[in-house]
Amino acid sequence: MTTSITVVDAGPLSLVQDLGRPGFAHLGVGASGALDRGALRLANRLVGNPEGAPGIEVTLGGLRLRVGDPIWFAVTGAWGPVLLDGRRISLDDARRAASGSVIEFGTAEHGLRYYLAVRGGLKTDVVLGSSSTDTLSGLGPAALAAGDVLGVGDTATAPIPALDPLTLWAPTDGAVDIQAHPAPRADGFTPAAVAAFFEEEWSVSADSNRIGLRLTGPVLARRGDDELPSEGMLAGSVQVPPSGQPTVLLADHPVTGGYPVIAVVTDASLDAFAQLRPGQKVRFRHAR
Amino acid sequence: MSPADASTRVAPIVPRFLPMGDRALLIELDSLDAVLALHAALQHGRPSGVIDLVPAARTVLVTVDPAQLSLSEARRWVDRAAEAPPADVAVERTEPVVIPVRYDGPDLVSLAAVLGLQPAELVARHQAATWRVAFSGFAPGFGYLVSADWPHDVPRLASPRTRVPAGSVGLAGEFGGIYPRSSPGGWQLIGTTETVLWDTAAAPPALLVPGGTVRFEAVP
Repeated sequence: MTTSITVVDAGPLSLVQDLGRPGFAHLGVGASGALDRGALRLANRLVGNPEGAPGIEVTLGGLRLRVGDPIWFAVTGAWGPVLLDGRRISLDDARRAASGSVIEFGTAEHGLRYYLAVRGGLKTDVVLGSSSTDTLSGLGPAALAAGDVLGVGDTATAPIPALDPLTLWAPTDGAVDIQAHPAPRADGFTPAAVAAFFEEEWSVSADSNRIGLRLTGPVLARRGDDELPSEGMLAGSVQVPPSGQPTVLLADHPVTGGYPVIAVVTDASLDAFAQLRPGQKVRFRHAR
Repeated sequence: MSPADASTRVAPIVPRFLPMGDRALLIELDSLDAVLALHAALQHGRPSGVIDLVPAARTVLVTVDPAQLSLSEARRWVDRAAEAPPADVAVERTEPVVIPVRYDGPDLVSLAAVLGLQPAELVARHQAATWRVAFSGFAPGFGYLVSADWPHDVPRLASPRTRVPAGSVGLAGEFGGIYPRSSPGGWQLIGTTETVLWDTAAAPPALLVPGGTVRFEAVP
């Protein structure tokens, strides 16, 4: 029997993700990759993998897996009931699953996206150097579906680290502070709009995904309605469409866009968006 | 050399730096020609730590890994490239990619009428032009093509199609383009090609890369 994992139930959206495929934006291909990069890195470290080994990004829960040969695995990111053969396990910790056992992700209670790493990494088709599924361009493996059989690789480079149980905090349910730089079209907005962006509290819209996270709040007024020629976009660019309601571009964003960008989120703040739940509050702070 | 090559003289490039967060510079320029010139200059002597160079209609986006290249170092590199573009940039040419086209697009006749041309004239001009890939976007492998030999400004469809077949050859604004795969789209379609524009197994995976040249050739 080869080492493999069978998807019994995929839940609403479970995707293979690594740290993406940066460097192809000039060909129209975005980087994609895990939205919560820190959580994927941690999960991989916990099982002795290189930090960028492919794992599974489980949105909200619902994923059920049956294990072939025994594996070591770790779950990070969102907090919620993750069951191994029906018993809730501690997260942010390496666990061993025996042959034939079932790993089941219940609905996340704090945060939104779990990350599962398996010792050795998942073995999938590699497109432009990455196993990540880009939900915008369609590159990379298809979203997981019931019946899929996932191969396990041999990329582990270190033993399972011996450490005391980690005392990590659950992703917060409260307001999240995000560091951002005003940029690059902030002068296309009224001063009141720029002030409101940094002073008001924003609410996460349910209409958010890996391409962009929509926020609702005060309408951000532009000085005029000149259309911009399309220009390069980044994960973290905060676009303002004519509705005046900002969208924070995330890993699967289009490489160019024509809506003016009022601010750019710092790289360090970007992971936080992966765990924001609909209705949760966000405040933007001036990055120094 | 075709007439289009002679026009690619290096004019002074005056970059305006716009703030773009802690790992990118957005450089605004006066014209698409300046974008093409700066992008070409930046591709030479690209320091490690530069992750992406993304040309667009009036801008070049430079993203960096700040652990390898600071934004101020990146800015000095862009300034140097703009002041003294390498001499060989303007003359360096790759052979044009030749795209065989069946001029059977659903908008050929109506678009020709809008432009005051016979369909055969529109087809002849489309083929006579030497096109240059200005930038990518919209979908992997989609190149926005421009040509000094193409003076027309083509209106987008008032109501975009929900499905444009892969290989459709289209026009919109000052641009030409080819749909690498089927998708919704608002460009006016004048023909079809069977050329594969995107192949993830190829290096590079896109047939049309920024700075490259393209010609269209009618096939029955």
